[in-house]
Amino acid sequence: MSDAYLHPPWKDLNRQHQAVTFGMWVFLASEVLLFGGLFAGYTIYRDLYSRGFLAAGHQTSIVFGTINTAILMTSSLTMAVAGRAARAALLRTARLMLMATFFLGVLFLILKGFEYREDIQKGLFPGHGFPLTAAGAQIFFSFYWVMTGIHALHVTGGLAAVLRLIIASARNREWLAGSTSEEATALYWHLVDVIWIILYPLLYLAGRVNG
Amino acid sequence: MVEKDRSRSDLQKIWLKPLLTWTCLCLLLTATCALAYVPMGPGNLPVSLLIAAIKAGLVGAVFMRLAEDAPLNRLAASAGPIWIFILFVLMGTDYFTR
Amino acid sequence: MNGPIPVGRPDYLRDGSTLRSWLFTTDHKRIAILFAIAITFFFFVGGAAITIVRMELVTPAGDLVSDDTYNKLFTIHGIIMVWFFLIPSIPATLGNFLLPLMIGAEDLAFPRINLLSWYLYMAGASFTLAMLVLGGVDTGWTFYTPYSTMFSNGAVLVAAGGVLISGFSSILTGVNFIATTHTLRTPGMTWFRLPLFVWAMYATSLVMVLATPVLAMTLVLVMAERWLGLPFFDPSRGGDPLLFQHLFWFYSHPAVYIMILPAMGVVSEIITCFARRRLFGYSFMVYALVAIAVIGFFVWGHHMFVSGQSAYANLVFSFLSFMVAVPSAIKVFNWTATLYRGSITFEAPMLYAFGFLGLFTIGGLTGLFLATVPIDIHVTDTYFVVAHFHYIMVGGAVSAYLGGLHYWWPKITGKRYPEAWARFAAILMFFGFNLTFFPQFVMGYLGMPRRYHVYPPEFQVYHVLSSGGAAVLGAAYLLPLAYLLVSLFTNERAGPNPWHAKGLEWQTTSPPPRLNFDRQPIVPNVPYDYHPKGGPVEREETANGDAA
Repeated sequence: MSDAYLHPPWKDLNRQHQAVTFGMWVFLASEVLLFGGLFAGYTIYRDLYSRGFLAAGHQTSIVFGTINTAILMTSSLTMAVAGRAARAALLRTARLMLMATFFLGVLFLILKGFEYREDIQKGLFPGHGFPLTAAGAQIFFSFYWVMTGIHALHVTGGLAAVLRLIIASARNREWLAGSTSEEATALYWHLVDVIWIILYPLLYLAGRVNG
Repeated sequence: MVEKDRSRSDLQKIWLKPLLTWTCLCLLLTATCALAYVPMGPGNLPVSLLIAAIKAGLVGAVFMRLAEDAPLNRLAASAGPIWIFILFVLMGTDYFTR
Repeated sequence: MNGPIPVGRPDYLRDGSTLRSWLFTTDHKRIAILFAIAITFFFFVGGAAITIVRMELVTPAGDLVSDDTYNKLFTIHGIIMVWFFLIPSIPATLGNFLLPLMIGAEDLAFPRINLLSWYLYMAGASFTLAMLVLGGVDTGWTFYTPYSTMFSNGAVLVAAGGVLISGFSSILTGVNFIATTHTLRTPGMTWFRLPLFVWAMYATSLVMVLATPVLAMTLVLVMAERWLGLPFFDPSRGGDPLLFQHLFWFYSHPAVYIMILPAMGVVSEIITCFARRRLFGYSFMVYALVAIAVIGFFVWGHHMFVSGQSAYANLVFSFLSFMVAVPSAIKVFNWTATLYRGSITFEAPMLYAFGFLGLFTIGGLTGLFLATVPIDIHVTDTYFVVAHFHYIMVGGAVSAYLGGLHYWWPKITGKRYPEAWARFAAILMFFGFNLTFFPQFVMGYLGMPRRYHVYPPEFQVYHVLSSGGAAVLGAAYLLPLAYLLVSLFTNERAGPNPWHAKGLEWQTTSPPPRLNFDRQPIVPNVPYDYHPKGGPVEREETANGDAA
């Protein structure tokens, strides 16, 4: 069975697994730095325009934001359980948990869509008709759109990877027990959650204090 | 051995730690959300980021299995945050001394 | 060479000859060739752009092309040469080909990701070609805001998009190389027995993985501001153009180390072989590579000394820029020391390596001048800077690339190149290069600004010398293109180890089979085992390096 999951040049499934996991961690370092530039820019401007950033932050939807955070955290839970189940050869549980992860991810994107619609209706896209006049408020929302947009792209990519796991394990009941890519996909998904965990206070908790 | 026959302890093994971690994450989420409404002046941002860091750490240590994983993976995982730190510090030599 | 070749076993070039077998290959050696063809094409496109620039600069008046066209030409030259030639050059061609061979592996850790890396490069390259068709870009390769985001009329989005996509090619190559080096070394190949070329690929990969994403995001912000009007760098809406510069140079300074670290790896391979010496100070050479890679991340502000950033930042970045020169200097000293008591021969690869030593040293020293804030203020945005980076990137990196190409040509193609032509081209190149760029140091110091279409007549003599040199240089580059291609069709086949070099890649046939080795290669106890420790050099070969 194990030979079917071997990819050249690997001769040993364990070593392939170690390499794939390690390779994904290296890739995740690059993903962290991708968002790092955004974090740095946000920090600079928040320091420069704290009033404007707080005024702007007040306008994001704490309800959508917090619910989405909870959704992603839960999807991380289901993803983690899926991995543990796969390693314990509880393959049906693993597949169910992967499907739950996928479902929660899609839910995240749907809610994000509704949130974006609400934001646009409130005129929160920088440019003509932007409701806030405080200096830096527009810049806050520049970061909001790019940060959440790029994050959403990553969620989409992650969902595609999770879907691939679901389809492969549907075709072959034993697939999750032998494949080395489940853990890599899980790591990617967890990173998407971690990025959001950091975006949440930056974009949703600013300016909540009244006055 | 059919999956249905697997003992409760197996299921417990795969669910217990993640569920515990998830519970902590939910509590921290509640805390950070609530604290955002507490006036702390400039302290609000650092507090929320600290909580975010703890949450990220939990996800990393438990869900991403860094706590039990090879040291090499921990090293790779630390590279991102360390390099972001470098970006912040050296950009700071400009922005915070202007 | 370990034992006889299995009968009827094809080499990797003949193992499948359909287009499909090339475009869907996962063989790192074929992917290396795919990259080589692509970057060679772009080298000459970027070269064509600058040929027109140098023709224009022969006269002080702007009489060959318009201002706008001139700006587009030097921009295109920069974008293509940096991202579509230099950054991938050694890693994606020689690195891809040699890394698995040098560690005794069958392929890279993730062969399909390797192919994806090439397709991403080609996608980015397509954007760049589209940019050319759409009329080009005039922002300079540095895309400074707010000009690029708000005022330029060029195809900025397309250009930025192309660079963005090619960046992911870089990142994936880096991930692949790091994972490969950690996990696929053959038994006996410990870290401190690795060839320096492998260490160089590893250090370069660290930079590729950690720096490139920041560029990607910076370009996203530029595109977002230009296309969607989102303020990031627009001063009238509170943006800071310097934020762009910080983020851009956070990548673009380490990027120059992506270009030079592989070159340093190549030079270590060539010098040891053609001096028949062990590498002097192997461990320090390794530490120096890693130190350059790491400290290289701390110095980007030296591109911004006159930008308006804080004087304290200038101080910090100047000091750190001095620090990064130290490991580079250690390497130059160690290469020189490697030559001592060596039995040196002057085949083309060695000529390129010698050229590298001299030209990289000049480039590096002038870097120290630029790291000194008062001097930099004087020569910023002049030809002094242009000369400095061309000494390193062309005199250094391109010399090393060509040296490596010649050195490993027999291994890659199974053919010998014509040695006389190659030596002639190397010497012509050295001469043409210095004629092109040394006058630029002088005129830069005297005040000739860079990127200027029209200039005061007192600088004309320098420009004429420089353009004359460029013509020689161009001819010198065309020579290898010609004779290397011709060599593919001659009958003179290369043996497995025409240079009698050490290194696992020489323990297999030329060209190697699909899976690299017919038999497990034998790892020597010591890298560069060209002579017994402390002992005299013994030469078994005739004067020109062939087997006795």
